[in-house]
Amino acid sequence: MKRIARLLLAVFALAGAAWAQNSLLINGAGATFPYPMYSKWFDEYHKKDSNLQINYQSIGSGGGIKQVTEGTVDFGATDGPMNDDQLKAFQDKHGFGILHFPTVLGADVPTYNIPGVSAELNFTQEAIAGIFLGKITKWNDPAIAGPNKGVNLPANDIVVVHRSDGSGTTYIWTDYLSKISDEWKNKVGKGTSVNWPVGLGGKGNEGVAGLVKQTPNSFGYVELIYAIQNNMPYGRVKNSSGAFIKADLVGVTAAAAGAAKNMPDDFRVSITDAPGKTAYPISSFTWLLIPTRFSDAAKRDAIKGFLKWMLADGQNYTENLSYAKLPKEVVAKELKAIDKVQ
Amino acid sequence: MATTTTTVPSAGPVAGSRSFLSRLRDGDEIARLITFLFAASVVLVTLLLVFELWQGSVLARHKFGFDFFLTKVWDPVFDQFGALPFIYGTMVTSVVALLIAIPLGIGAAIFLAELAPQKISDTLQFFIDLLAAVPSVIYGLLGVFIVIPLMREYIQPALKTTFGFLPFFQGPVYGMGFLTAGIVLAIMIIPYIISVSREILLSVPRDQREAALALGATRWESTWKVVVPFARTGILGSVFLALARAVGETMAVTMVIGNAPTISASLFSPGDSIASVIANQFTEATGDLYLQSLIELGLVLFLLTFILNGLARLLILVTTQRGSGTGLA
Repeated sequence: MKRIARLLLAVFALAGAAWAQNSLLINGAGATFPYPMYSKWFDEYHKKDSNLQINYQSIGSGGGIKQVTEGTVDFGATDGPMNDDQLKAFQDKHGFGILHFPTVLGADVPTYNIPGVSAELNFTQEAIAGIFLGKITKWNDPAIAGPNKGVNLPANDIVVVHRSDGSGTTYIWTDYLSKISDEWKNKVGKGTSVNWPVGLGGKGNEGVAGLVKQTPNSFGYVELIYAIQNNMPYGRVKNSSGAFIKADLVGVTAAAAGAAKNMPDDFRVSITDAPGKTAYPISSFTWLLIPTRFSDAAKRDAIKGFLKWMLADGQNYTENLSYAKLPKEVVAKELKAIDKVQ
Repeated sequence: MATTTTTVPSAGPVAGSRSFLSRLRDGDEIARLITFLFAASVVLVTLLLVFELWQGSVLARHKFGFDFFLTKVWDPVFDQFGALPFIYGTMVTSVVALLIAIPLGIGAAIFLAELAPQKISDTLQFFIDLLAAVPSVIYGLLGVFIVIPLMREYIQPALKTTFGFLPFFQGPVYGMGFLTAGIVLAIMIIPYIISVSREILLSVPRDQREAALALGATRWESTWKVVVPFARTGILGSVFLALARAVGETMAVTMVIGNAPTISASLFSPGDSIASVIANQFTEATGDLYLQSLIELGLVLFLLTFILNGLARLLILVTTQRGSGTGLA
């Protein structure tokens, strides 16, 4: 009996030592939107470097910021950049800063359901802001009908549909509305949840899509990937150069490229309503939040290694999963920023 | 009380003469201790819950004070938080649900317990128990795919044309809103009312029925005038059990209520409930005040269930003192 126990103990000790030696576990948490991309990346990277296991929990951007600030995870992820207060809170608690690294791009598309109308509609900034502020209430309003000559729009009331849950998708949408409409900016503002002037709320992209599909004369927004994967029809949006753009991955990357010139060094930048002829205006980065200092050198090197791989080979996996890849201007800038992690 | 005091002298010496150690050996003390710990853990969890909610909402409580209950605005961007639309939504949907579920549930229970043949009663009971065990998200799907289209296409327009003069049935028709949420909740809680009420009715002593029949009452008279009043306390208990579920229901409500914090007399209007807004916004809530306001909403919900439970106790107390149904529940 005793011998067996001793043997078992030895085996456990050996296994434990082997495991501790060869495997490094890094924990992260945050945004749900890039979760499919991240889990693919972490999986592929694990195949490359089997000693490194990156564990990511998609608990939401808010949770990601909170947990990385509290130090319960090694890195965070968010769909909306941390604000100055949050950065200060991190600095105060840890004595060093935190960096934003854009990973992929996402976009929101306007979707609608008007009985008898199958055409792809064009939406101007005024139309989208007016509908969501509750000022444009009928489908045949001149602001909507103007750029849609030849489409027979009914005189029905518009039913606005938005997200009921806090989400990065809402952040992008309200960030865009804040840029194109001063009234929206002052009255409602941008955030993962806002105080909507009008409309019904659906939970998740599927909730909004379901509501729009079910409710005649409705207008809502969903994440581009969701629309592509579910073959949903969606409208074109007028960009800052005056062109009506139908969202696709190329247009989203173009928006990021257009914004790259004025990109601040900390990458906390909104690329909604970005300049550029082909830029799709309702686009956004999603970020990894990496502390600038790691006490564990192995972890630091592993994370830096992963970031470099993600910006190079990792970007090749994006389009299969319908994420827009980073423009090369941004990649070059990020590669430099990796050196700030110590 | 009198009987217990007289038995103590005789039982006392026997129990007292055994040493603590011998009782420990027999296992009595251990059993007592363990079961006591189990019982105490319930109280402990409740206290811990209240403490956590209280502690976690300190910022919001200090900032908004009592105004939290009276403010209509819920604005995460400008850090303005008020619970009123959510309290309103929770109350209205629960009341609508009860108005539908009480007559249906108790009626069905009376049929199953008193009037239906045993075989039919048992078969139906099986299905009712099945319904009670269905997860709420399934009821939500039922609401989204069946109740909402039905409401939008048929029921709400019909209500609007016939009862449109009442403030409850005015305004635009979306299909979702207070009324739809109330109906879905009613479907969810009816099995509870039926199941518990049926058991209570079945446990009414046979003598009661026989006595009524012997006095010349018809079957229905004995049921309605004797059996149901006798079981009143237990039936009320089933209703409050159902109400507790309706108040705290999250998933099914969030899928059909429209998730727009509004206060409107119209039952067609979209609304929001406490449980639903917490579930919707908690994960992405950034900023301490926002998070703490959501936790305070949790505290409000706890308070609401506490008050409702207290009212239920009070109601049962009042009716049992006045009425006939003692010894039950």
